[in-house]
Amino acid sequence: MRLEEVREILDAEVLTGENLLSREVTIGCGADLMSDVLAYGKSGSVLLTGLTNNQVVRTAEMADIVAICFVRGKKPDEKTVNMADSQGLLLLKTALPMFESCGRLYKHGLPGVSECGE
Amino acid sequence: MFQARSFTKVQELVYEMKVKQVMTEDVITVRPETPMRQLREIFLRNRISGTPVVEGDFLVGIISLEDFIKWLYDREENSLIESKMTRDVECLFADEPLVHAVSKFEKMGYGRFPVTDRQTGKLVGVITKGDIIAGLLRKLEVEYIEEEIQRYRASHIFEDIVADRTRLVFEYDVLGQNFEQAGECSSRLKRTLKRLGLDPTTTRRVAIASYEAEMNLVVFTRGGRIVARVEPGRISMDVKDSGPGIADIEKALQPGYSTAPQWVRDLGFGAGMGLNNIQRCADEMEIISSPGKGTHLKISILTGDDGEAGKNSREAQSSSSDRQ
Repeated sequence: MRLEEVREILDAEVLTGENLLSREVTIGCGADLMSDVLAYGKSGSVLLTGLTNNQVVRTAEMADIVAICFVRGKKPDEKTVNMADSQGLLLLKTALPMFESCGRLYKHGLPGVSECGE
Repeated sequence: MFQARSFTKVQELVYEMKVKQVMTEDVITVRPETPMRQLREIFLRNRISGTPVVEGDFLVGIISLEDFIKWLYDREENSLIESKMTRDVECLFADEPLVHAVSKFEKMGYGRFPVTDRQTGKLVGVITKGDIIAGLLRKLEVEYIEEEIQRYRASHIFEDIVADRTRLVFEYDVLGQNFEQAGECSSRLKRTLKRLGLDPTTTRRVAIASYEAEMNLVVFTRGGRIVARVEPGRISMDVKDSGPGIADIEKALQPGYSTAPQWVRDLGFGAGMGLNNIQRCADEMEIISSPGKGTHLKISILTGDDGEAGKNSREAQSSSSDRQ
């Protein structure tokens, strides 16, 4: 699935990384615990999270995650957005809650981490 | 939207490159007093459909196949080019950025533009859309080859260095209690490994292990040091601090066991997964620690001969069983 589709499905706003919307994402991952993301997240995932501190961006960087979507209308601060920008990471923001965000993407065929061998 | 990245590269080149880098310099020209009837032969022989008209080195007009057809239609047998050519010619300067040429082609719809020298005004070349495409492709190819050579050099560094044993050591100082900067050392290490051309799976494992270790230093100590050694076949890391130490190492290794304060948990960490995550990423792990004396964490990640991950299959196995 292309990130542009993810944006449309989640009715999300782009916070940074507009030029990355044509990239592909292969897996979806929803978590507020970054250690879980580091343990189970796969490279090439989009991460849905309610956490907005800069460690979310760091985690994405370490785990080769291509995009983060903040759910429930949460917005990270400017520093976090800048950090993502300098790393070539797409940041999205949706008003939808976590469960519905994950559900929508899953319904549109984006698989989860257990369905994808690396 | 389509292939946004490579499009950006071409856009970048279009601004960077100059008209003179892509134009054709050996220009076929005609003179004002050349008879129109000779044009057919000139166009055919050189396979062109238009050409600048010059007097000496200076451009006085341009004559195209269209003008030629019009001349045929008018049946003015003996006319000279002078009387049929376009006089107010749109030109480009040799030192203009390519993007000017692109927009001029788009705006005016012509097939070619003569190129003149800004200072002397002399004709120095001709540019067509084909020239632009060919020039861009040449430039992209050169840059691609250069990039490939660099990547090759970086990933074969151990073959190129002549020594009995080679080891690259990278040291990072971690600040304790500083959540703002936490992860920066691991970020720098990851970039370094990428630059060395290590395979992405290995790089990712090292980065995740290092990041979790760095978070532990930030959360529990007043700072420490991460030393990463890259050598043929393995990457090892030593993470040392002089913090409080771990009282019960076995307990600390249990998934979910944590002594992290609430503020760390609020930030998405401290759920007792750190050491387990490090273990998952590592091929070998050892913890040396006692209360009050700090902690020394040793990690090794094996790499294949050509930098391939040594633990691919094991990692896949363990992660599938974790999910049951």
